Amino acid sequence: MDANLKELMISNSDSIVDSWMDEVGRIKSGNYTASISDELYENTNREFVNVIFTSIQNQGSSKVVEEFSEKMINLGWPLSYITDGLQVFRRVTIEFLLKQADQVDSSHFSNVLTSVDEWIEPLIRQLVNEYSGSWENILSLQRVALQELSAPLIPVMEGITVMPLIGTIDTDRAKLIMENLLEGAIKHNSEVVLIDITGVPVVDTMVAHHIIQAAEAVRLIGSTCILVGIRPEIAQTIINIGIDLSKFPTRSSLKKGFTRALEITGRTVVDLPSKNQGIDEIMNALKGE
Amino acid sequence: MNPRSCVNIHKEWDIVGARQLGREMAKEIGFGTVDQARIATAVSELARNIYLYAKNGQVCFEYIYTNSQKGILMTAVDTGPGIKDISRVMQDGYTTSGGLGAGLPGVKRLMDEFDIESAAGEGTKIKAIKWIR
Repeated sequence: MDANLKELMISNSDSIVDSWMDEVGRIKSGNYTASISDELYENTNREFVNVIFTSIQNQGSSKVVEEFSEKMINLGWPLSYITDGLQVFRRVTIEFLLKQADQVDSSHFSNVLTSVDEWIEPLIRQLVNEYSGSWENILSLQRVALQELSAPLIPVMEGITVMPLIGTIDTDRAKLIMENLLEGAIKHNSEVVLIDITGVPVVDTMVAHHIIQAAEAVRLIGSTCILVGIRPEIAQTIINIGIDLSKFPTRSSLKKGFTRALEITGRTVVDLPSKNQGIDEIMNALKGE
Repeated sequence: MNPRSCVNIHKEWDIVGARQLGREMAKEIGFGTVDQARIATAVSELARNIYLYAKNGQVCFEYIYTNSQKGILMTAVDTGPGIKDISRVMQDGYTTSGGLGAGLPGVKRLMDEFDIESAAGEGTKIKAIKWIR
């Protein structure tokens, strides 16, 4: 019975495809795919319905489905297009098969429903899995990427280290910051550690709390911590919210913080007389003779 | 038109989502950068309180208009353990989580109007308004 239905469906694939194309074409207006050109939409629909038929014919040949889903993901078509399409296909096929029978009794009805479901379900499962798999993949890649730029420590000069912080600080990152800061400060033998928060969008009590703790820990291992890159609006919010940062030094910019760090380590920046200037002087001296 | 947008708070990254929405809406209605930062920080505090203490909750934003001024109203609602002694959490330096204890009093100072309702075992509802000056 099952095989008969399948044969019936496949031999009448044209009329099923036609009514499917009709229905799917109707979904298009007033939904996510509205901005896609009609030609592309129709081509994709044709390809999609071919994939459905090939897959049903070969009893779930995954290769074609895989290729198709990969293409759809790359082009950025929404998953709802796929699920809607399959839903419509299910409806159209059931309708068609029921119409073919001379008389519809309940056993035939349920037989048709079960068979069509059996064809469509593996397809839905595979396509949804492909989609969600690709999202999970992207997500985990991004998590790794985020971790990588989480809390770098840069030794800029003997005894001076900079930690630029960019982006949101959550609990995990705060832990990393603390670890990297202490480990790095000892490894590079830093006298001064500059924490740059120019790229931190919001400093709330938790972020401040973590920074204060980190600075306190740095103080315990005998280094000085300077907080730099405090933007004016951040400074105002810190005052409003009532965070006490008076215990450790702060500077508005990395440049000022670095100058202060040089002072602490007993160094200054000196302008060297430039080479050109030297030549000018010689020329002048020559002219005088 | 008074659109209302909400963010559900379940995990730590939802705090970022709430903050971005708050900042975005504040920017759109015409707050300056300093007030945007204030609003974003206040959202961050409220959302973090939900995440830390109640685990589940919601932060909503809407624009409000009166005859003379306009502003943004944020509502943070949760069904967590609630707050037993509200006057104590509104004191600076009081904390049960080892933090700075500046969260709620800080939000009150960051915003123009602040209202808190809470019952132990039932949850907490906080409303805060910032007006455009």
